Amino acid sequence: MLDAPPAPAGPWRRLLRNRTAVFALVVLAALVALALAAPYLTNAQPLRISPGIRLKPPRPQNWFGTDHLGRDMFALVLFGGRTSLLVGLVVTSIAMSVAIVLGLAAGFYRRVDLVLMRLVDGLMAFPSIVLATAAAGYLGPSVTTVIVALSIVLVAPVLRVVRGQILVLRELPMIEAARAVGVPDRRILSRYLLPAIMSPLLVQASFIFSAAVLGEAALSFIGLGVGARDVSWGSALAEARNYIQNAWWIVVFPGAALVLTILSLNLLGDALRDSLDPRLAGR
Amino acid sequence: MLRFLGQRLLLMIPTVVVPLVLVFLLLRLAPGDPAAQILGDQATPEQVATLRAEMGLDLPLPVQFVLWTKNVVTLKLGTSFFFKQPVVDLLPQYALVTLQTALAALFLAVALGSLLGVIAAINRDTIIDRGLVGIAVLGISLPEFWLALLLIFLFAVTLKWFPVSGYIPPTDGLLASAATIALPALALGIRQSALITRMMRSSMLDVLGEPYIVTARAQGLPEAVVIGRYAVRTAAIPVVTVAGLSASYLLSGAVSIELIFSLPGLGKLLIDAVARRDYPVVEGAVLLIALTLAALNLVIDIIYALLDPRVRLG
Amino acid sequence: MIAGPPILEVQNLSVALPISGRMVPVVTDLSLSIAPGEAVALVGESGCGKSMTARAIIGLPPPGAAVSGSIRLDGRELTTLAPRERRRVGGRGIGFIFQEPMTSLHPTLSIGQQMTDSLRYNLGLSARAARDRARELLARVGLPKERDLLNAYVHELSGGMRQRVMIAIAVSCDPKLIIADEPTTALDVTIQAQVLDLLIAMRAESGLAMLYISHDLEVVAEFCDRAIVMYAGDQMEAGTPVACLKTPHHPYTRGLVDAIPHAGETRARLSPIPGQVPALGFWPGGCRFQPRCPRQDQRCATRPDLAGVAHAEVRCWHPLVGDAS
Repeated sequence: MLDAPPAPAGPWRRLLRNRTAVFALVVLAALVALALAAPYLTNAQPLRISPGIRLKPPRPQNWFGTDHLGRDMFALVLFGGRTSLLVGLVVTSIAMSVAIVLGLAAGFYRRVDLVLMRLVDGLMAFPSIVLATAAAGYLGPSVTTVIVALSIVLVAPVLRVVRGQILVLRELPMIEAARAVGVPDRRILSRYLLPAIMSPLLVQASFIFSAAVLGEAALSFIGLGVGARDVSWGSALAEARNYIQNAWWIVVFPGAALVLTILSLNLLGDALRDSLDPRLAGR
Repeated sequence: MLRFLGQRLLLMIPTVVVPLVLVFLLLRLAPGDPAAQILGDQATPEQVATLRAEMGLDLPLPVQFVLWTKNVVTLKLGTSFFFKQPVVDLLPQYALVTLQTALAALFLAVALGSLLGVIAAINRDTIIDRGLVGIAVLGISLPEFWLALLLIFLFAVTLKWFPVSGYIPPTDGLLASAATIALPALALGIRQSALITRMMRSSMLDVLGEPYIVTARAQGLPEAVVIGRYAVRTAAIPVVTVAGLSASYLLSGAVSIELIFSLPGLGKLLIDAVARRDYPVVEGAVLLIALTLAALNLVIDIIYALLDPRVRLG
Repeated sequence: MIAGPPILEVQNLSVALPISGRMVPVVTDLSLSIAPGEAVALVGESGCGKSMTARAIIGLPPPGAAVSGSIRLDGRELTTLAPRERRRVGGRGIGFIFQEPMTSLHPTLSIGQQMTDSLRYNLGLSARAARDRARELLARVGLPKERDLLNAYVHELSGGMRQRVMIAIAVSCDPKLIIADEPTTALDVTIQAQVLDLLIAMRAESGLAMLYISHDLEVVAEFCDRAIVMYAGDQMEAGTPVACLKTPHHPYTRGLVDAIPHAGETRARLSPIPGQVPALGFWPGGCRFQPRCPRQDQRCATRPDLAGVAHAEVRCWHPLVGDAS
């Protein structure tokens, strides 16, 4: 006889069915694992200079070769990953938190919105590097500087998304009803609106992480990122500039790690967006 | 239409004012004394103090701000502490270099990106489409500076088709000039191109599902007309907006590109000026960039209004 | 009605759509033919496959659809043509009027551009000749000459005006057949009558054949020569619309007629057909109407063939004969 159509699969199952998403997750997990295990995987200190083995191509003792200071590239890439991923994580957390708070306020209260959005428009229209440069000038290049600068720059896009969502959700009859009954604003924001935007926020988080990793690498590359004491993929590439002709491995390995990370995060973000989109349920 | 333009001009103001004020504050509040830097280690405290007074640096901050605003508005942008030249004379030559590279990159991004996006959308879910989408995702994940290094290795060092670095202005030969900005523009533009490919593909796919496309086909119009005239026209609208954002990203990326290719552009000038606390140059450069982006976005808005008559009515 | 071979002859048309990974039938084995100058109506509720039939006839089903069967326009088999050729033949030979003119006309091209494109590509007219003819057509569909509508955009026109433009485009290349897919459904009631009158008038003056798709049997009865009642992708009954209204032979048709509310009636309650239209892909085997039919029995587990009853054709094992229920 007649059956009802099957219920659509939940978002997490849809995500896991997507092969690229699984691939991205696996790669990211591997990268994180490698970064965390760095001190145990290499006994070489990445910043130890050994002039005797400068610019050696990949070989059994140095899987990724050595750089112009004789530092082991494999260790450099692994430890650089720690920095890059850490910065990415911290920046994402800060930027998302600030953006959520501000976005909820802007979407919900019109006056906040008017003032805030002018500021944000002004901020967004401007090349982020310039602002980051000024911040670096203020604080001096270091991991902290990078985190501060990137967090400021990356708040804006998330803020836009949150605000946009709240503007729409605010008009829902459910919210009107809650207000009519007398539910305080704070509760509406935290109990009704916030959970509703979790899905798009998760998608944004992935892309912001990706942007943060890229941003840190770019800043470190031009010398305004992590200082001389820390190593990141960007700073490793900065020094590689002068040696492309002789030593391709100095450029390729840190760069590949960087691209792999960014790519996986982007793929994950896309997959999340596709699987959390209710319109695609049942496909 | 006029009302639309007026609205847009008004909106431009915060996009110019906010960065300027931010930079003013950041620079003034940053540690480090430009006067001391200019005079060097050998200067005596009295000399430094005199120079500071000359430069107006010992006035209270709000007073400095008012004076500064007055000067900016009348375009009295001062003299570079470092180059000892008026900023208004100094900036244009650097700006031109950056403009040349950035415009080439933008053109590449929009042209290539749109074309590939349309091709991908027409061939939806075929190998061509999947391939293009895959390449696009990869392109978005490539940092410009890394790509630049790879391009240098491939085209300049190995194939020797292009110079490794350096810049030749167009006045010294168009072809030679083009050769010096070819790789930089490519490195800058590929990532934006990938972004636009995705945007255009997504937009085209939406448009191709619209009823008016069915009507056009039902009328018996050739497929080339349906795609080229009916579909692309509406699909291009969101892409145009993205192109505006692209310009901003391009200027960000230009900094590292100019460093790698040793191009005497605004990006490199800016970085150096911040390090040297050369306030007039920094402020002048920021003003120039902000105005350029605002003007570009205005042009984009006009193009948008031309493409979509519905917005003209406000 | 002009005698002659049918303008449109559809035989055993079946359409299936890909839904959730499987091919779901939406039209099953439909056959119809339209003689020159004849108006045939396809009647049914939403989701019965009438629009899909129309789209299949002009060769523009949704992507991924599987279409089988024969479609002949003026004797020429369309399904074996190359896509480009089919587009051309269809564009010139069939005029299509869509349901929602707001979204079926291009939002940012002017009306004139859309009309002249068709004229230039299909009839080879020059730009100037195309514009002149476009003006003529606009006048013919009753649009005022005072406003220069050629340079107007879709969003500047009212619903009724848009639909008139749609009609003008449909007849612009002198087609032999017009397919109108619920042309008045999206319009205000007062405008509906005007547009309907326009269609009837245009048909009268040019002797066009028409395939009129609607869910409203009464409207159809005003001007159509024959009606085909569809349910769940299947043809249930075919006959003259008046006969369908007065003496329906299929239980579904009877249910439809009974469910029509009439102003001024003193019935206490509406009498809808019990149950619901089954979702796509979950149609019962055998007679599709069986679950909701008051006359069903075990025989209905097998799909009935079309059989002649009085002057109609009915797909039912237990057709209503005369006025008995």
